[in-house]
Amino acid sequence: MTNVQIMVAFLTIVRREIRRFMRIWPQTLLPPAITMTLYFAIFGNLIGSRIGQMGGFSYMEYIVPGLIMMSIITNSYANVSASFYSAKFQHNVQELLVSPTPNWIILMGYVVGGVTRGLLVGLMVTLLSLFFTNMNLENLFITILVVFLTAVLFSLGGFVNAVYAKSFDDISIIPTFVLVPLTYLGGVFYSIDLLPPFWQNMTLLNPVLYMVNAFRFGVLGVSDINVAYALVIIITFIVVLFAYALRLLNRGHGIRS
Amino acid sequence: MTYAIEISDLKKRYDNGFEALKGVDLTVKKGDFFALLGPNGAGKSTTIGILCSLVNKTGGKVSIFGIDIDKDFAGAKQYLGVVPQEFNFNVFETPFNIIVTQAGFYGIPYSIAAPRAEKYLKQLGLWEKRDEPSMQLSGGMKRRLMIARALIHEPQVLILDEPTAGVDIELRRSMWEFIKELNDNGTTIILTTHYLEEAEQLCRNIAIINKGEIVENTSVKALLKTLNQETFIFDLTTNIDQDVIIDGFKLNTLADGHSIEVEVSKGQSINDIFAALNQQGLQVQSMRNKSNRLEELFVKLTKG
Repeated sequence: MTNVQIMVAFLTIVRREIRRFMRIWPQTLLPPAITMTLYFAIFGNLIGSRIGQMGGFSYMEYIVPGLIMMSIITNSYANVSASFYSAKFQHNVQELLVSPTPNWIILMGYVVGGVTRGLLVGLMVTLLSLFFTNMNLENLFITILVVFLTAVLFSLGGFVNAVYAKSFDDISIIPTFVLVPLTYLGGVFYSIDLLPPFWQNMTLLNPVLYMVNAFRFGVLGVSDINVAYALVIIITFIVVLFAYALRLLNRGHGIRS
Repeated sequence: MTYAIEISDLKKRYDNGFEALKGVDLTVKKGDFFALLGPNGAGKSTTIGILCSLVNKTGGKVSIFGIDIDKDFAGAKQYLGVVPQEFNFNVFETPFNIIVTQAGFYGIPYSIAAPRAEKYLKQLGLWEKRDEPSMQLSGGMKRRLMIARALIHEPQVLILDEPTAGVDIELRRSMWEFIKELNDNGTTIILTTHYLEEAEQLCRNIAIINKGEIVENTSVKALLKTLNQETFIFDLTTNIDQDVIIDGFKLNTLADGHSIEVEVSKGQSINDIFAALNQQGLQVQSMRNKSNRLEELFVKLTKG
């Protein structure tokens, strides 16, 4: 394929992915908006007003970046895992496999689809948060970079999950039993300074902590960890997961006999 | 000579140890209308799966229009269009989107894909349904949609895996007319089917695969010439009161009481049967083949 043809194939996958999640917006865009509004109202407003300050900010201000990041993580992951697994389940993944589209383009197309949904939901949640608190971005570059990289990372994670999945249950197990606990324990709702030293050290093994804190640094200018360190970790995870996902595609794991 | 498809010593062993292909050799000429026949589980779908990269081969060599798939599979895929046995499109998408999207996967921009999609949807009688979710299409329409999708990049070779399974007679005929026209315009057609009369009527060359091996690969004409014996059924104007005997022929009276089944070997003349029946005062109302000629050969080649 020529470079132009490759670009056409890539944009076709991206357009199809966006069309998919837009077509089923009551399942893909509406739930995070409702859930996050409830989080803002209950945890941020009602309970948060009794908690007082955290990291020098009101509790509402403190959890907003974490909640935005949480919705980006879950939505970019869910988009790719659901879309690719559905394509396997309905066998329409074969449309791509019989075509000359290179595997790395297939992977990038799905990832960009996941990133787009993650960023769209992140933007919606950010706009909703403005009804509850003011937000001043301390570092726009870091904010955008972290959001983008995190969406890429979890889109790749969703892809790997979908490749291995043999049933729809398999694409909900990881989000339920791995992603949600890691996110809740990754400093969305609290500063790790509140934890005893042992649990502080344990939390440092949680990759979500670095993403949430790097994003919080971009928005509020405070973080529990070094932001440069966080970026290195996120990029390392992306490189490893991309190589792994591409290897699975090249070998045809779960999609070729 | 460059063939449309050239397969040599093709082998496939699945993870469970099942050896689906045991060294298949096969060539399909450019512009041919070729049938790949075989009983269920013989290796037809595995062979087609390898050609279109849905199955990984474990050995052998495959070339499509002279391009070795091990060296440039993407290049080889440009020549192929595939209509699979099972419906494999997103049922929530519309026919128009399905086809234009498939074109995109081949690097064809929307400006070219859209008029082409219109052309094929119209030719296959789906244009009125272009914006309806494809789950609402009938079985025959879904099959035609897959043909339109396979043609959107205008491939040189069209592979049809059981395309008429479950399709009514009228639709089947119109589908074959369309496919024959494609073949007349130069597209190589490779067909697998269980309707052997279709293969006999449509295809010029044929391969029969059984238990992962090619047991016959020749022209339909040459294959039919090897048929040593045919069975005819004679419907008589009156009921048969006593056993009919014709010297040199094996006969069987059918349950309806007015038909006889006669085996005719090579070199024997049907005129002798007419003469013998006439002599016994029996008039023939009509005569037909008991089964399709290719079917008789197919059973012979694949039994056991």
